[in-house]
Amino acid sequence: MIFKDLVIIGGGPAGLSAAKIAAEAGVSCLIIERDPFLGGQLIKQTHMFFGSEKQYAKTRGLDIAKILIDDCLKHQDLIEIMTSTTVVGLYKDKVITTLHDDTYNKIKAKSIIVSTGASERFFAFENNDLPGVYGAGAVQTLMNVYGVKPADKVIMVGSGNIGLIVSYQLHQAGVKVLKVIEAASNIGGYKVHASKIRRIGIPIETRKTIKRAIGKDKVEQVEIVSLDDDWNIVDNSSEIIDVDAVCISVGLIPQRNLLSMIDIKTKFIKELGGIVPIINEDHQTSDKDVYVCGDVSGVEEASSAIVEGYYTGLIAARNLGKEHQDFKTLNIDYKNQLLNLRSGPFGKKTLKGLEIMKEDANVK
Amino acid sequence: MLNKTGVPSLSLIKTKFPEQNKLFKAKAITECYEEIPCNPCSTSCPFEAITIGEDINKLPVVDFDKCTGCGICVYSCPGLAIFTVALKKEKAIFKIPYELLPYPKVDETWKAVNRDGLVIGEAIIKKVILKPKQDRTLLVEVEVDKNLLYDFITIKE
Repeated sequence: MIFKDLVIIGGGPAGLSAAKIAAEAGVSCLIIERDPFLGGQLIKQTHMFFGSEKQYAKTRGLDIAKILIDDCLKHQDLIEIMTSTTVVGLYKDKVITTLHDDTYNKIKAKSIIVSTGASERFFAFENNDLPGVYGAGAVQTLMNVYGVKPADKVIMVGSGNIGLIVSYQLHQAGVKVLKVIEAASNIGGYKVHASKIRRIGIPIETRKTIKRAIGKDKVEQVEIVSLDDDWNIVDNSSEIIDVDAVCISVGLIPQRNLLSMIDIKTKFIKELGGIVPIINEDHQTSDKDVYVCGDVSGVEEASSAIVEGYYTGLIAARNLGKEHQDFKTLNIDYKNQLLNLRSGPFGKKTLKGLEIMKEDANVK
Repeated sequence: MLNKTGVPSLSLIKTKFPEQNKLFKAKAITECYEEIPCNPCSTSCPFEAITIGEDINKLPVVDFDKCTGCGICVYSCPGLAIFTVALKKEKAIFKIPYELLPYPKVDETWKAVNRDGLVIGEAIIKKVILKPKQDRTLLVEVEVDKNLLYDFITIKE
């Protein structure tokens, strides 16, 4: 059994940021990452990020990953990193079991930060199991992490930021994106992303959805249909399009599966992306030694995940008896940054979700 | 329009332009119509010509008297939503961000493209700038007909 003060599960933007601040405060931590690389989804984000300088705005996602990883490597005496290591069990006595190269290990932690992120949402349509039906994130991984061109002609389903960004990156990689379809009446993502793909010749069509994929052994065509304002299919609106891939980008679901192994209290809050752990202001779950940050506690942009990570690292360290020398300043700064990131129209949903959460957050 | 297609209307576009008589020198046009948390245009401007303020969700406001049309905001905008434009006789000179291959070369004639992705004329490539601080976003100076002032947005080979 390995003993650790703080174990951070998930080495994406939230986990890395939490480790940096906790180490700065003098806490020895262990980051456990399932993938061969640290950085989470940042490593495949080739576009410049929004936000302000404090969240590394105008830096490309993959370079933000490098910054956050380097910050952790500066604390090698305190931060241990395990990659290609999957947490397969979490127990109430803070024992974590891991799998790495066919070897099981047991780790006992005083505190745990779960920063496992989110997974892609999928949805039902005929033949959605045909090869060539991809999650947009999977396409991005193939292209930007492994350098594989995923298809020649694709249709993007969903116009949130991921759908819009991946469409742009597919175009950059020489893939023809025929159109982006969106079932809602308005584009979901930032309009600057929408304008960026519209001007390079990719149409965005609202009130449309995919009815079925067509093909023998792989996707060869798709049938798309128009929807009326009550979300019913409009008669005679069917359109058959030749494609070799369908990209699905209809949202993300918080990855809270590990938390259910230790009976953490959860609640369905649609504004936060689905079932999320109930947390208090300090990002503590119903088990006060288990914290969460990043998309697992509510789907948002990576900039918020980074700040949430810093904040949670700061609090977890203090509760372990190691108060960061700038605790008071940082505490206020991170709260203000989060409020600022969430105070526009896109942040309203998150703020509403957090209000609903508060009603249940008497778990301190 | 913008909410459904990603294409802003002409009247919306015009709200971001100064009076044409100010365009004898290049000015930054910030095509940012929606409040999102973002402020690199403002913090990157060496002349304090673009203001967003404490609340980073606010839309950028350009002081066209301070703006020198240097183009730093053009490659600093994560949304690729800024360009500069100047009017020279019967031509409009744009500086646009560009992130596609192949890169344009000086003196080539490319197609001028509007916000719908449609070809609307010719664009002569005047300068192609790529310095390390631009972080892989090209700054391309192109010349198009003056009457494309409110229509031109990008180039196509």
